[in-house]
Amino acid sequence: MFENLSLLSLQQYWWIIISVLGALLVFLLFVQGGQTMIYRLGKTETERKMIVNSLGRKWEFTFTTLVTFGGAFFASFPLFYSTSFGGAYWVWMAILFAFIVQAVSYEYRTKASNFLGQKVYEAFLIFNGFAATILLGAAVSTFFTGSMFSVDKMNLVDLTSGRMPIISSWETPFYGLEAIWTIEHLAFIQNIALGLSIFFLARLTANLYFINNINDDNIYKRSKDCLLRNTVAFLIFFLFWLIRLLFIDGFAVNPETKEVYLENYKYLNNFLEMPIVLVIFLIGVVLVLFGIFKTLFQKAKNGIWFTGIGIVLVVLGLFFIAGFNNTSYYPSTFNLQHSLTIENSSSSHFTLTAMSYVSLMVPFVLAYIFFAWKAMDKKMIDKEEVENDSHMY
Amino acid sequence: MENIDFSLVDWSRAQFALTAMYHWIFVPLTLGLSFIIAIMESIYVKTGNPEWKRITKFWMTLFGINFAIGVATGIILEFEFGTNWSNYSWFVGDIFGAPLAIEGIMAFFMESTFIAIMFFGWNKVSKKTHALSTWLVAIGSNLSALWILAANGWMQHPAGMEFNPDTARNEMVDFWSILFSPVAINKFLHTVTSGYVLASIFVIGISSWYILKKKDVIFGKRSIVVASVFGILASIYLIGTGDGSAKAVAKYQPMKLAAMEGLYEGTTNAPLVGFGVLKNAGDTNNPEKLDFLFSIPIPGALSYLAFGDFDAFVPGINDLVEGNPEQGIISYKEKIEKGKIAIDALRDYKNEKKAGNTEVAETHLKTFKENFAYFGYGYYFGRSTNELIPPIELSFYAFHIMVALGTYFLFFFIVMLYFTLKNKIQDKKFILRIAIWTVPLAYIAQEAGWVVAEVGRQPWVIQDLMPTIAAVSHIDASNVMITFFLFLAVFTALLIAEIKILLNQIKKGPETLTEKTTKE
Ligand code: HDD
Ligand code: HEM
Ligand code: HEM
Repeated sequence: MFENLSLLSLQQYWWIIISVLGALLVFLLFVQGGQTMIYRLGKTETERKMIVNSLGRKWEFTFTTLVTFGGAFFASFPLFYSTSFGGAYWVWMAILFAFIVQAVSYEYRTKASNFLGQKVYEAFLIFNGFAATILLGAAVSTFFTGSMFSVDKMNLVDLTSGRMPIISSWETPFYGLEAIWTIEHLAFIQNIALGLSIFFLARLTANLYFINNINDDNIYKRSKDCLLRNTVAFLIFFLFWLIRLLFIDGFAVNPETKEVYLENYKYLNNFLEMPIVLVIFLIGVVLVLFGIFKTLFQKAKNGIWFTGIGIVLVVLGLFFIAGFNNTSYYPSTFNLQHSLTIENSSSSHFTLTAMSYVSLMVPFVLAYIFFAWKAMDKKMIDKEEVENDSHMY
Repeated sequence: MENIDFSLVDWSRAQFALTAMYHWIFVPLTLGLSFIIAIMESIYVKTGNPEWKRITKFWMTLFGINFAIGVATGIILEFEFGTNWSNYSWFVGDIFGAPLAIEGIMAFFMESTFIAIMFFGWNKVSKKTHALSTWLVAIGSNLSALWILAANGWMQHPAGMEFNPDTARNEMVDFWSILFSPVAINKFLHTVTSGYVLASIFVIGISSWYILKKKDVIFGKRSIVVASVFGILASIYLIGTGDGSAKAVAKYQPMKLAAMEGLYEGTTNAPLVGFGVLKNAGDTNNPEKLDFLFSIPIPGALSYLAFGDFDAFVPGINDLVEGNPEQGIISYKEKIEKGKIAIDALRDYKNEKKAGNTEVAETHLKTFKENFAYFGYGYYFGRSTNELIPPIELSFYAFHIMVALGTYFLFFFIVMLYFTLKNKIQDKKFILRIAIWTVPLAYIAQEAGWVVAEVGRQPWVIQDLMPTIAAVSHIDASNVMITFFLFLAVFTALLIAEIKILLNQIKKGPETLTEKTTKE
């Protein structure tokens, strides 16, 4: 079935899968957002225990989604994997460190003789909450603002050139960190704005999640309080980012010559030329706001579902305008012609086909995750549970 | 090749080795303990005896502590392929990325979903569903091993792919021959069974401590019975698959085999060094022939181990470097020349094609294809052939330590089972002490095994195709050095934390779980 698809269709199919994984990841970052509010929402040890345990049963999903996102990107667009990871070294390393310390913190936080002490593990969780959201947001923003790298495949076979036989090189000594101070086209403002948007988005989703998952009046009240503030902050940064995005020059690809050039209003045009994407994006926006509205003004506890689905749709829309409609999704500002597109950075037809068969398992995976959690979340977390169960963080 | 930044290559190797070896402290226990817990829980479901639930829960707590840090180190490894081996990731991403992605989709989600039920679902799902979840955690973790080991097997013996000169990359042409290559299969079976052996030793060691302290004697004995039966079966299988691994190495990586045995001059009827101490510590750049200060050779055994025939010829390091026309082995010098021809031909092909001279391009392509088998050797043009020899001492000792310990473990399990079944184990203080000290030995055997596999492959990342010098990311070496020390500091701190928590939990023992468990 997949083998009859053209290479281009497979590339597009895989860009969709990457987008779906990216979108789920952004939604699941509510774990990170929640971690930054452990002390804001939990004033007593028991309250914090409820919060940490509520998040602690979900953190593996965010983590595993990140791992799978990485693996899927590797398999489908290896040139991105090698160029971005091997180049923007410090950004990715910072993100990795943030995740190492998270992975142990839940399990070790309240265990006896845990060497570093409960406070340090909580600091790890908070650090992870800030770093992962802001850095991932800023990194994704460079999909639209570009980075300083070069790709030259001849390096591999030209042994007389006196260079190392390596094809991708980062062309700044800061290895990615420059994304937050590059002044050209005010890229730094744009990157930081998306970083902060993701941060506040993660926090507001966490508020919705706690309202849905924890049965405790204080936490409910404080979450609602925070929800409003986080929403306002999110809207400020996100609208700023989005509006600028629609007006900046984008990295377009000439479909015949494959030449990359700057086009005015490229991302706005992408929305207009792909109305379905625009519709997906707008439905997403409405759902995000609806979930928040329902929670704030109608005392609903299920806002997370609307906002969550909304987030997935919004992020899908953004990934689609980054990669589709003859656009370079990982542009090089060092040399436009080295920019990565879904066509020039993908795996072969065979690999994409084989992987497409594997992707058929995704709905099955989603189904068992759904049913497992339905069983586990039937009853909300409460004081009694965290104080009595034998396995608690 | 001039201009290779060796400090970059070496720091990258060191960093990868560090993270991989840390990952491997935790993974084997996960692989084995998950099955042991599942077996214990099944006994509980069958018998309804709450004592078995207590046993299950105790080992499960230890499992959780170990698991968290295994996950923390694993994510680093995955991304390090990009951050530190970017050229590699691009060159073979087509083949190598796929197992990593499949691992995420098939195995990691299964693990993380059912682990939540396993830990938090005791009162939320039925007994049977809970036991099923525990089994699925075990299956999930072993599935993740399958994919990553298929990927590693492919690096030892690339199969199922073709080089595409237009993209200058290796592309997958046969998915199944990657997954079912003999190297991958052996690797998978040997490695997961090594995890079962380690976990059995872990359970026996801790139980022995309880018996020595006269705490929880019944608990200890029950755990020992389950673990030693599991361990005996796993050990037999481990030795069998180890033999299979050695045969695969002999066939596809003769240099690694020679290094493992410190064999310089090839012979027929080659002896296996049962035990030996090397003399003349040579470094790879200047290998004076190593000799044995002392050794116990077993005549013909190496020939038999490697090829199943006492009279088979086993090539030594010198045969491989200098060539041995009698045995049809061509020298490294010649391979390097052919490799250089292949690389240059590929460059000329690409240039001519770009210029539109299709016919000339085709002749270059032909030359390229004829010499492609030696492609990777071309990067050593103008360099000493000694650089193509892996570190001999490290390979030799690591291999011998692993084999000696593997043989010992089998006896160990038999002895433990025997005395426990005879109900005499509580009187054998000496054996109980040995059992505790066997735990670190199991970890040593594990790490040694990977040193054989990975160090013995040097200087190749992908055997004969891509050397480490062409695989790294192009970053300033100082950056990698800094992250190396950061990883070292963070991992070490977390390892200390893990060990302290484990020891504390063990000290407290299964007793502490009693009231809560029985209350339910
Ligand atoms: C408890 C640990 C343990 C024990 C007792 C043994 N092994 Fe092992 N061995 C491993 C744990 C291990 C491992 C860590 O799982 C390795 C590393 C890479 C791999 O595939 O498995 C390995 C690799 C490995 C290799 C290298 C494979 C390669 O280069 O790709 C060989 C030839 C053997 N083993 C052979 C043996 C033999 C003949 C044993 C005899 C008893 C033995 N091993 C016991
Ligand atoms: C978890 C168990 C593993 C351990 C303990 C381990 C150990 C090591 C060590 C010690 C090195 C350094 C060798 C040297 O430079 O001298 C290394 C290198 C490397 N290993 Fe592994 N390894 C493991 C698993 C794997 C697997 C499963 C893969 C691939 C799927 C892999 C891929 C690599 C790569 C790409 C390098 C770097 C290149 C090189 O130095 O050859 N390793 N590993
Ligand atoms: C060098 C190559 C390797 C990479 C890139 C890698 C990657 C990973 C990642 C990303 C995780 C975290 C998964 C999660 O989110 O739950 C992980 C955990 C795990 N890996 Fe690895 N891994 C490597 C080597 C190995 C090997 C050789 C094995 C087994 C033979 C293995 C078995 C496991 C298992 C069982 C886990 C579960 C957690 C635990 O360690 O306790 N890995 N690995």
